[in-house]
Formats: sequence, structure tokens, C-alpha cells
Amino acid sequence: MGAEFGIGASVKRKEDFRFVTGRGNYLDDINRPGQAYGYFVRSPYAHAKIAGIDAKKASKMPGVVRVLTGADLEADKIGGLICGWNVKSKDGTDTRMPKHPALASDTVRYVGDAIALVVAETYAQARDAAEAVKVKYDVLPAQIDVSKADKKGAAIVHADVRRNMAYDWEIGDKKATDAAFAKAAHVAKLDLVNNRVAPNAMEPRAAIGEYSASDDSFTLYTTSQNPHVARLVLSAFVQIAPEHKLRVVSPDMGGGFGSKIFIYPDETAVIWAAKKVGRPVKWTSDRAEAFQTDCHGRDHVTHVELALDQGGKFLGLRVSTKANMGAYLSTFASCVPSYLYGTLLQGQYTTGAIHCEVKAVFTHTTPVDAVRGAGRPEATYVIERIIDVAARDLKIDPADLRRRNMIQPNAFPYQTQVALQYDSGNYPAALTKALEIADYKGFAQRRDEAKRRGKLRGIGLSSYIEACGIAPSAVVGALGCGVGLYEGATVRMNPTGSAIVYIGSHSHGQGHETTFSQVVHERLGVPFEQIEIVHGDTGKIPFGMGTYGSRSIAVGGVALQNAVDKLIEKGRKIAAHKLEVAESDIQFKDGTYSVVGTDKKTSFAEVTFAAYVPHNYPAGLEPGMEATAFYDPANFTFPAGTHVCEVEVDPDTGGVEVVKWSACDDFGRIINPMIVEGQVHGGIAHGIGQALLEGCVYDKSGQLLTASYMDYAMPRADNFPTIKVDTIQTPCPHNALGVKGCGEAGAIAAPPAVVNAIANALNVKHVEMPATAERVWQALNA
Amino acid sequence: MATHKVTMKVNGKAVSGEVESRTLLVHFLRETLRLTGTHVGCDTSQCGACTVHMNGESVKSCSLFAVQCEGQDIQTIEGVATGDQLHPMQQAFKDNHGLQCGYCTPGMIMTALDMVRRIPSPSEQEIRKNLEGNMCRCTGYHNIVKSIAAGAKAMAGAR
Ligand code: FES
Ligand code: FES
Repeated sequence: MGAEFGIGASVKRKEDFRFVTGRGNYLDDINRPGQAYGYFVRSPYAHAKIAGIDAKKASKMPGVVRVLTGADLEADKIGGLICGWNVKSKDGTDTRMPKHPALASDTVRYVGDAIALVVAETYAQARDAAEAVKVKYDVLPAQIDVSKADKKGAAIVHADVRRNMAYDWEIGDKKATDAAFAKAAHVAKLDLVNNRVAPNAMEPRAAIGEYSASDDSFTLYTTSQNPHVARLVLSAFVQIAPEHKLRVVSPDMGGGFGSKIFIYPDETAVIWAAKKVGRPVKWTSDRAEAFQTDCHGRDHVTHVELALDQGGKFLGLRVSTKANMGAYLSTFASCVPSYLYGTLLQGQYTTGAIHCEVKAVFTHTTPVDAVRGAGRPEATYVIERIIDVAARDLKIDPADLRRRNMIQPNAFPYQTQVALQYDSGNYPAALTKALEIADYKGFAQRRDEAKRRGKLRGIGLSSYIEACGIAPSAVVGALGCGVGLYEGATVRMNPTGSAIVYIGSHSHGQGHETTFSQVVHERLGVPFEQIEIVHGDTGKIPFGMGTYGSRSIAVGGVALQNAVDKLIEKGRKIAAHKLEVAESDIQFKDGTYSVVGTDKKTSFAEVTFAAYVPHNYPAGLEPGMEATAFYDPANFTFPAGTHVCEVEVDPDTGGVEVVKWSACDDFGRIINPMIVEGQVHGGIAHGIGQALLEGCVYDKSGQLLTASYMDYAMPRADNFPTIKVDTIQTPCPHNALGVKGCGEAGAIAAPPAVVNAIANALNVKHVEMPATAERVWQALNA
Repeated sequence: MATHKVTMKVNGKAVSGEVESRTLLVHFLRETLRLTGTHVGCDTSQCGACTVHMNGESVKSCSLFAVQCEGQDIQTIEGVATGDQLHPMQQAFKDNHGLQCGYCTPGMIMTALDMVRRIPSPSEQEIRKNLEGNMCRCTGYHNIVKSIAAGAKAMAGAR
């Protein structure tokens, strides 16, 4: 249809008007009639027995409606929070999933663990009263160091979990890998840490619980990337209410980055409290709470070895990782350092044998779960770092070493050593293009020029791959996932020709209202501005699994495309009737049905009108023009590409400046290049943040030292150079749109590119993230 | 807790309300006046999501008590457009994909307007430096910088 608003056009976003004028509808912007406010009493200790809770004084403070504790929760038989993915250990045993009550009544296990919910007339009154709740703690030793968490003498997080071990998992072929290493001409080795990061969506999490006594139903307004998953968990496991009596609404949302996938204690307590106090209860996290309670990401300690032959071919990769789960298993925590990590260790390369083992352990820290990239940044960091170590050992150009080992474009489908089957790609082409954009050849000159200015200039590459569009339900089911990972979309045409799309994907910055409208406009010809995209309300949309893992276009978009196809097929029957020909004589193109070889035609809008005013209509055909499709993908999608980072280091201070960024990504077919580019920019910034600035720091007792923006370094505008990105497009062969997804690529690609560039500038083997000035200076002066 | 009556001008209109001594300007705007375009992103005056103008200059509305604004002239994001006609800076953010989730955007635009008042045609480096009080997690700032440059240009053209 019209190129201006169709697939491939950089259409300006339709959601922007409300956001630039301050008319967005974020959660804290919502107030419900009669609403009270909640504030949580949280543990100031990483590990302690709760010896007593005295809320007498707090209950009498001005405006206080009620103080609720874990004992009330238990009395009401409200269940604990769950982890939805059972990752089996090497020995076949299940993931240890310890109890996780929404309000701790017996033991607290991290700083920020919720103990009581104070409900009052105003937020300030609730907060004042929360301070007056007296909790008596018997403080216990805390286990913070992940590398020692499974060792003798470690403080135990859950009495029923031996050695703090959630699971001890492996993937790949150990024997074959050992054999590959036995043949190696060279083995590169590295110990590295993937630093713990806080997600930091700019809008803090929030929730309003509301109970309607007239029909005994609940409505939960919550910041959720997947409202149906929240409803399912709160119904089936927490037992708030059956699914048909619980509606979950997630309105405009100020970013997610994974942190708003999970079902947290906070919204659980709030929705329960609403019925208890008979009024809507609103809770909005402040930033300190967000740092303490939004699930953190990464936090791996890894040893990696790469075996190479004489010619620099990768023979084998051996990886051993300890992954920090924090104090409880969050909703999808278990799959992140296993199935989203170990399965990606093939990277873009033909490595002959791979073995990876992961010990997932509990510590007395904030729970760790998916953050933008989830598992794939960790895998990419391991691969792309060890390749540079090998290149340095063997004095081979890092770009050349990568190219020598890349899977060739004619090798697809490519069965990896770690379970996945790559469907398509052209890794050498993306590498070539990225190096061109970066003017890789001209680097030596730039390095020399920088040297004259007293700066050390370095260049670093990262050739990443990710598995997106999660995922075929049968596959994830076989791997222990408790849910299916399809998506649902409904297209409802209105008699006058406008369209409403109801979709399970949730937009919180990705621009779905624009992208999905382009998909509908392209096929049906409905004017772009007459398409409404509805998401984030279980009372309206078909059952859907939501947005994470770069799946909105690759799963939700394809469901939408399939629903559109159903409408086109129905319309064909109506058109054939109207034009008095056989269905087979009708062709559909650009929103119009026409009779092949004649000038007889009718538009989709006319056919739609006929479907709602079926006076002259095919016999036996149902009126109406509405279709729903659920799409369960046949495989993951595999976006890939190469990013090139250049840094300058000030040798006097160790300060690192990223001076140049060039990238070429392959996201398959692109619906809106402007939006895709924006997603890549954001991802890169997120990854540079992790590499240079960000990191959650706990002291030995388990206090989170980085619980505000004074202490946790967020990337700011002057931390970045202008970013140059381009794409190649190898369409995904197994979905109707040919799309792959783009939301996480930058965050996955960036960290190793930065660290490789710093190691190159300093001519050292490794620098840990975040590569702060101090760390870099130490590395330089070691 | 003692309450006070405050009166100020917000987006050109005289408004008043009862506030506690500790009520922040941002909460007065959001809760009392229901002007929810001004956002809260932190508790330490770092993120800039709450940026508004007081007497024409940008301030972080989380760092002022409402009572401190007695008699002052406040402008929020809701007062920037003329009806449905976007201000050139708002238009520039839309045209250059300067926003994703939109949460930081009102603060970014209010900061940008103050920046252009002080530096009518800022260079890329000046824009980046002058955004140090505003955080965005979505965009990587690239398109925000572009938007502000374009907005500044459009504003110069309109003068
Ligand atoms: S709310 Fe973050 S600076 Fe005001
Ligand atoms: S657009 Fe989301 S924080 Fe800036």
C-alpha cells in the first residue's frame, strides 16, 4: 500500500503527540476514587530473623487505615511468588524453588525484602507510619560473595537448599570438548566477571489494586510488560482471584528493560490489600526502592577457555559460570543463565565442540532476573572477549580471526553444538560493512594522531548473535518452561472502515502503535491514522504473553499479520459474491479486490461495510469483519551483526572516552527503520553503561551501596559519541513478515566491544567492567 | 502537619491550593493540579524527569517545596503547545524520534527550551553537556541531541 505509511517507511510515531504534550497515561498518573496509599516496611538487613513486629504505634498515626503483615497474608492463604521455569540439573533434579512470600514473616533475605504494608490516606502518612513500625531483628551472617556461595562455611539463604545451589546445569558435549582441547595448538584462557546491573527504567514500578464487591472482581493496574502473565500467576499460584475475576491493566509505561516482566511482592500485596481495606490501594516505588527491589541483571563469575588449531580455527570452547540468583528465584530467573546463555555460546562461529556448566546460587542480595538481553549479553561477552584474548596471544588481527571462523552464509540452517538451529544470516557481510563504516583500515593513523595528543586509542569489535522472538512453545516446554510463548492478536474492522487491533505485545517505548499500524495499513489499505492499537489490558486483548526478548514484532507482529490474512480471506468471499465471480478469480492487492483481467474491483473498506450491512451477502457466511490469530513461532529468530567501538584513554587519569561507534546489524526485514535505529541507539547506550559506568555494589554485610543516582552511575548524554548504525537484511525464513527483532541487540553487542577497545588501547589482556577510571589506571600501571 | 495556602501562576493561570510544609512542587503539580505531564524519576534530584520552568528558567520541581513557589510563575509541559499546535521543540522531538517511552521527554523538552534561551544555537557538544541533569534510559540520547539541535534551529527561524 502507500509507501508513505507502509512497511519499510520511517513513519513518525503516532504515540508521540501525547508524550510530548504531557498527556501520557503512566501508572502514577492514574488515581481511583476512594484510593488509599501503600508504603512498604522493608528490611534494612541482608539476613535476619524477624523476632517481632510491633505496629501498635503506627496504626494510631494520622491517616493510617491498616498495617498488614505476612501473618495476615498467611491467614488469608495467599500463596507465595513463583519461578516459572524448571531448569534440570546435571543429575536430573529439579531447580530448587524456595518459598517466596510477598511479605516476609519469619526471615528476611535481602535489604529491601518487604515485611509490612502500611495503608493510609496519603502517601506521606503511609510513609511516616511505616517508619514507626517497630521490627525486632535477630541479625544473621549474610552471604554476598557469589564465588563462595556454594562453598563450605557460606551463610545459607534457604534452609531447604543445600549449599545455596538452585541448580548445577550443563549443556554441550563435554567429551567432544575435552577431545578438541587435547588437539589444540593453543588454548586461550580468561577469568571474567559480568557485573551486576540495575535495570533503571526511568518510570519506577507502581501498582493500584482495586476490588469491586458488587461482582467480587479485582482490577490491578500495574507496570507490566505482560499483563496476562501477571494475571495467570496471581490467579493460579498466588490465588488472589480466578482469572475471570481479575483484570490486569498496564497503561503507558516508562520503559521496562525486563524489570517489569516479573510478578513482584509489591503488586501482589497491593491487590490483596485492596479487598482487605475495601478501598483501592496505590503504591509507587521511589528510586531507592527501585534499586533495592527491581530485579537486577547479569552477575556472573566465569572461567572460559578457547582451543584453537595452528591456523586459528576454533576447535573447542569450555565455559564454567557461577550465576547469582539473589535471595529468591524471580519469575524467569532460572532460564536466564541457562537456556538464554549456554545456548548462545556458538556465537557466529563454527566452533567444533562446546561445553558449558552453570551453577546458579542464592545469595542475600536482590533477586536477579532478565535485564535487556538476558543471558545473551553474558554469552556474547564470554565469546567476544576470549576471541580477543586469543587474537592477542596469537598476534592475529581480531577482525581476521573472527572472519576465519564465521559460519558462512550458505551454511543455513546451521545446527549449533548447543541445541539451537540458526535459520539465516550473513555474518561476514555484516562484519565487512561494520568495518567499512568504522574505517577500520584508517585506525592506525587515528591511533598515532591520538598518541600525539597524549591519548591511548583502542579499537574493539563485537560480532554478536542473539536468539529472539522467544519462542516455540513446544521447545521451551521441553526445556522446563511453565508457559507457552505464542502471541495473540485481534483485528476488528469497524463498519466505517477504521480498524482496532487488540494485541498481547506491550509497548513501553518500542512504538508499537506506529509499527503495528504500518503492518495493517500495508496489507489492508486502512488509512494509517484510522488504525488504533490497543494493548496492556486483559479485559480487552486476547490472551498474550507480552513483550520481552525482542519478541513484539517477531511473534506479536506475525500474529497480527496472520489475523489480517484471515480478514483478507473472508473478504475474498464477499468480494466474489459482489463482483459475481468465483473466489479463485479474485486477487487482492493494496487493499483492493479485483477480478483478474477485468476492471471490476471493490475495496476492502466496501467489503467491510458489506460484512456489517449484509443485505447482499454470500449465503451461509457469518456477518462481521473481525479475526483473531495466535502465532506460535517455528523457531527463534537470530538477529546478528558486528559493532565496532573506538575509545581514547587518558593515561594520566585512566578516564575512558568512547569516541566512535559503528555498527551493522541484521534484523531481517525492517518495518520502520527510524524506530529500529532508535532501539539500537538505546541498546548501545545501555551496553556502554554496563561496560564503563554501571554496577551494583554490596558491602560485606549486604548493604546496597549503590541505591541512588548519586552512587550508581547512569550513562548521560555526554558519555556518548555520535553513533553510526546501518543494517543488512536477511529475511527470517520462517515467519510471514521476515522479521527478527531489534530491541536488545545493542545491549548485547556493546559491552565486549568497549572492553576489547580498552584492552587494545592499553595493550592488556583484560579489564573488568565497569571499566572505571580507577580500574583502567590500575591496569595501565600494574 | 501544618498546612499552608499557596498561590502561584501555572501555565498562565492563577492557581492555589492547600499544601503541607513538606509538599514538593512536583507533587503539588501532579496531585493537586493534576498536571501529570511532569514526572518523578528519582529521589535525589538527578534524573530531570520533573523539570519545569520557574520565571522562565528551568528548575527541578522535586527540589522545591510548593511553599517556596508562592507568587512565582511556573510553566509545565502542558503549557508549551498552543492548543493542539505543537511548539517547534515538541515538533522536533517527534520529527527526530527523540523519545521512546516518553517518560523523560517532558523534562527533556523543558530543559531544551531553557538551553536554547541561554544558547540560541547550541553545538552537539554543548547540547550533550547541558543535558547532564536529564537522564534517558531508552534513546541513548542520540536522537534527543538531534531533536534539540533541530528544535533550536526551528525556533531561530520562527523568531
Ligand atoms: S525527580 Fe529526578 S530530578 Fe526530580
Ligand atoms: S524515552 Fe524513555 S526514558 Fe527517555
